[in-house]
Amino acid sequence: MNRRFSFILLGLSLKLQQTARQHPVFRAHIAGRDITAQIKLAGGRQGRHFRFKNGKISSRKGVHPDPDVCLTFSDAAAAVKLLGPEIRIRLGMSRSGLQLVMPPKDAQEQIDAIKNFRVDVQGDEAHAAWFVECLNLLQSSGWKCGTELGNGVTRYVSNTQGGPLFVHVKDGRILRMMPIDHEDEDAAPWTIEARGRRFSPPRKTTLSPFALGWKSLVYSPDRLLYPMKRVDFDPEGERNCHRRGVSGYERISWDEALDIVAGEIKRVKRDHGPGAILTSTGAHHSFGNLGHYLSAHRRFSQLLGTTDVFQNPHSFEGWAWGAVNHWGNSLRRGAGEPYGTVEDALKHCEMMVFWAGDPESSSGLYAAFEGTLRRQWLKELGVEMVHIDPFYNHTAAFLGGKWIAPRPDTGNVLALAIAHVWITEELYDHGYVENRTTGFDVWRAYILGQTDGTAKTPEWQQAETGVPAEDVRALARRWGRRKTYLAAGAMGNAMGGACRSATGIEWARSMVCLMAMQGLGKPGVNMANMSDGAPVDTRFFFPGYAEGGLSGDLAGTSLALNMYQRMPQLPTINSVSQKIALRRLPEAILEGQCTGFTADPKTIEGQFAKASYPAAGYAPAQLYYKYGGSHIGTASESNRYVEMYRSDKLSFVVNQSIWKEGEANFADILLPACTQFERWDISEFANAGGIMQHAFTRANSRVITLQHKCIEPLGESKSDYNIFWELSKRLGMGAVFSEGCSELDWCKRMFDASDLPDVISWEAFLKKGYYVVPPPEAELRAPCAFRWFAEDRPKDVPETAPLPADYTEAFRRGLQTQSGKVEFEASSLKRFAPDDPERLPIPTYIPSWEGHRTTALYAKYPLQLITPHPRFSFHTMHDGKDGAMVDVEEHRMWVDGYPYWIVRLNADDAADRDISTGDLVKVFNDRGAIICAALATRRLRAGTALSFSNSSTYDPIGEPGRSPDRGGCVNLLSSKRNIIRNSHATAPNSCLVQINSWTPGP
Amino acid sequence: MKKASMIIDAEKCNGCHNCFLACKDEFSGNDWLPYSAAQPRHGAKWLDLQVTERGAYPMLDVTYLPVPCQHCDNAPCLADDAVYRRADGIVLIDPEKAKGNEGLARLCPYGVISWNPEQKLAQKCTFCAHLIDAGWDAPRCVQACPTGALAFSFSEEEATSPAGGDAAVLHPEYQTSPRIAYHGLHRINRCFAGGSVIRKTNGYSECVEGAKVTLFLGAEPVAETVTDGFGDFKFDNLLQGRSSYVVEVTKAGYAAVSKQFDLVTSIYLGKIELLEL
Repeated sequence: MNRRFSFILLGLSLKLQQTARQHPVFRAHIAGRDITAQIKLAGGRQGRHFRFKNGKISSRKGVHPDPDVCLTFSDAAAAVKLLGPEIRIRLGMSRSGLQLVMPPKDAQEQIDAIKNFRVDVQGDEAHAAWFVECLNLLQSSGWKCGTELGNGVTRYVSNTQGGPLFVHVKDGRILRMMPIDHEDEDAAPWTIEARGRRFSPPRKTTLSPFALGWKSLVYSPDRLLYPMKRVDFDPEGERNCHRRGVSGYERISWDEALDIVAGEIKRVKRDHGPGAILTSTGAHHSFGNLGHYLSAHRRFSQLLGTTDVFQNPHSFEGWAWGAVNHWGNSLRRGAGEPYGTVEDALKHCEMMVFWAGDPESSSGLYAAFEGTLRRQWLKELGVEMVHIDPFYNHTAAFLGGKWIAPRPDTGNVLALAIAHVWITEELYDHGYVENRTTGFDVWRAYILGQTDGTAKTPEWQQAETGVPAEDVRALARRWGRRKTYLAAGAMGNAMGGACRSATGIEWARSMVCLMAMQGLGKPGVNMANMSDGAPVDTRFFFPGYAEGGLSGDLAGTSLALNMYQRMPQLPTINSVSQKIALRRLPEAILEGQCTGFTADPKTIEGQFAKASYPAAGYAPAQLYYKYGGSHIGTASESNRYVEMYRSDKLSFVVNQSIWKEGEANFADILLPACTQFERWDISEFANAGGIMQHAFTRANSRVITLQHKCIEPLGESKSDYNIFWELSKRLGMGAVFSEGCSELDWCKRMFDASDLPDVISWEAFLKKGYYVVPPPEAELRAPCAFRWFAEDRPKDVPETAPLPADYTEAFRRGLQTQSGKVEFEASSLKRFAPDDPERLPIPTYIPSWEGHRTTALYAKYPLQLITPHPRFSFHTMHDGKDGAMVDVEEHRMWVDGYPYWIVRLNADDAADRDISTGDLVKVFNDRGAIICAALATRRLRAGTALSFSNSSTYDPIGEPGRSPDRGGCVNLLSSKRNIIRNSHATAPNSCLVQINSWTPGP
Repeated sequence: MKKASMIIDAEKCNGCHNCFLACKDEFSGNDWLPYSAAQPRHGAKWLDLQVTERGAYPMLDVTYLPVPCQHCDNAPCLADDAVYRRADGIVLIDPEKAKGNEGLARLCPYGVISWNPEQKLAQKCTFCAHLIDAGWDAPRCVQACPTGALAFSFSEEEATSPAGGDAAVLHPEYQTSPRIAYHGLHRINRCFAGGSVIRKTNGYSECVEGAKVTLFLGAEPVAETVTDGFGDFKFDNLLQGRSSYVVEVTKAGYAAVSKQFDLVTSIYLGKIELLEL
């Protein structure tokens, strides 16, 4: 008999009864449960059982012969030590005087005990999960959250892709959502002194427009509120796969839905074997480190064993497949270092060249309008602005400056001509090129025409881009003589726009080469657009949304970097190594095979690895567990995906989605997930750690949020985590999936795993909902990006990349490239495929495979359609759904009572077609057709049409996959072709179309 | 007595629509009686963000102008019994008294009263009076604005209008004494004329920086500027519809060049080539 064990069990019984007396939440949990739970030592030597009945708890010493659920420890020492940190910690922290147990230890012990079978749970899965929840509620029942504002209104906190916000709730209903005005106790922001002025941001956060539309999405009529089954789907009989996308749905119970899904999972595993289950997600998910698809969904799919669909670096294509070869930065998908550029630009920058980048639309990715103020400061300082974009974009409209509008897909030609002026007029940094780069002579010879007989002059480019030669010459001269920031892409040093075109790889490569000629990293000479690089504290640790969360996935997420050690959890390993390239998913299903480059970002060479489907020995994928409905709106040539769904080669499709939209209309079973406002989560403003380290430098203040469960889930919807947990229980792995933890328990685990406990108590953080990390003293700010490199010093910016093995001379000396320098002629490409005409070792002129040089197609489809990242949605997440954004007249336009997607045309092109703003038009090519509302504008160069990407609504006017879509999925029109063969890369900005007036049929 | 007023800087607006969306968030689905009944889910524009493009490729500008109810001291809508002006200047429509009165929406020359077909009610911006009365600093649109384009004031000043200095009211010809004034209205109601100056050197074109450009109205010189590094010049704040403008470009060593034009709307005059003397 171990007395300490006995005492803990006695204390536990008292604590259970006390909690039931004190906390309604706990009483609600135990109400209606009639079971006996037991905690004992193996072999029945010692134990105690707990009887739950009619909301009452009784407890007796001794081992019960037939409990409903039993927690068994291998030995008393283990039990005392490992009873579970929950029980031990909660007892230790309680005010009931039961502080007689061991001091709290970290979760590592619990994980070790589980792995070594020192603790086990027997009995019914549902009862076991319920009992473990009981134990956890001993702690969390007393937790309080939110701030009372009076009048019955409580202020909660949440976070979104467009910034953190306050959520005001009254009577269980959301009243409003708004940006966070900091309180007096919150840390004051930084101040930068530059050019005789002091610059400091206000004590508040900004929000993206789409974040202000969230309330309307929570209460959208398109919400899935109940589990649904397609009316003509019968898992025991006719499945009618060809009816997907056409047939309606009927409401079913959660039990029925989960039984069908679990039954189908078991069926395909039993009948076909490993690999038969296919799963994919969109590129983004509702915000939160735990509920994110790289967290909860990944944990579930890893435990399930799935054929995964691997994504291409959608928004980074040219950088990931091109720029990395010249300057490394593979872990950032070819983007540059983000540090210190706000201060450097305020102090030194004389000109900023925005090139295919519109930060006022893309919000610096996740960072709302935090960078807007900093760009206003540059304007106030008189910094000259240039905007290179076929569209007079929102940044140009906001800041003004010189507009240069090349024909889409020809930006690289303009870049080569700039290099020509610099070389012929000696306007580049000779010392830098000599000491900090390699291969310049090869590129120089090419630029001058010594290699191919064509000098890449401004006149040569004019025929290609349509930009007057004198404008290019003037730009090159001003750039060559001034301290200039190149603000390329949405982030300033990558992402979006031109990099997502047939010439996007060459363009992004040239961007790096141009900056190497001008002394990248010298004061005032860098790549950034003020969207990131604010002087916030990079030393304070809080994980990003892509840092693995609770996934347990060491191989496929960034978990190993920080969180596996900081937040010990059961590892999860997907036993199925078969995978499918997202851009070839329809071919994989319909034709049974495909290949794709996997683009592992850990090294430069990661882009050269190829995966083939099917993998040897695996079953063909046939059960599709789809998460959300975004592929039709975001993938290319996406009628293919519709065809795939309507094939019986997918014998079962389940879609877990918040809204009934897009592909959700092609599922057999629909599982209703709730929004992040209806569940617990934890996250930080703009922290995309795991994908982009220190992305929070985009925010003016680091704001870490406890995402409150502001309201109960609507209808019968459940959090993603709880849906997976329910399914896991049916597959006998509920405990493995959950580790016995609710979402709020996981929030606490992640809080404990971060640096937050050093500065704020859990109770205070939970109640208030956010914490503002103080900025560091000026001398402790992260140094400016690439300054160390320009000055040939050891790397001093605080990023952990590249991997130690990727340094050539010494750790932290030089870039990730083989030479450690910027390579005009990339050694990685010389090793991989030196003769690849689509990607030679130096960036060269390669005409677009779908542009004005593809003359036959161009004659048929004379408009170049570009589809940049949207301003009023993030991915497909905030579009449609009858939400607020459909009333933004620059996003959708109401015609005859329907909110149509918008296509912008040059006013002359529109007049030629007798099209006026507000007219319905058909935008089409051989791949498909969409119906849009036209917007005639002078903001586009002639011959160009623009329609922002990522409609959430697929609404074919006839047979799905074979008729025009009036939902606005512009990607029905873009080619499935990879940018180059040796890639898995999409080129939606290379898309020839025709646009005609359209009248609805009878 | 404190008075409510607003200054809107059109040149600071980046067109993000946060003002419009914050307004929707606050009022859609929320009754704030007796101030206002709920905004309909779609269609209402209590704050209308109007966009103006001037010029053409390669020289144009784009301006977003937020237009809520102007809360006029001399509001025409006050003619209706359902409309009242508070002592702080905020003009409100009583949602009870206004029921069914569609004609009310037509009383506003600014067109900012919208008809809610669900509630059969004319509705408009309330300056978030329900929040101001509860002690909030500013209406939702102002709190959500990321650029400082909207500034709200609730002060003891007795000024009858926030206009003054650079700030002007929208459509002064309506003579309604709005409590909202704007900066940058020239980007809405004035024109620009611009162009680019080039020269030929060694067979290729170059932009000419530092050329002097003079604008004449008839024979009268009215403005002068010099070309920038791209050879561009731009005269702004010109009255629309004035004809017989002339620009004259001069630079030492080159023959002066003149170009005549009518200013129907903002205009880019194209490339003007200087020839060496």
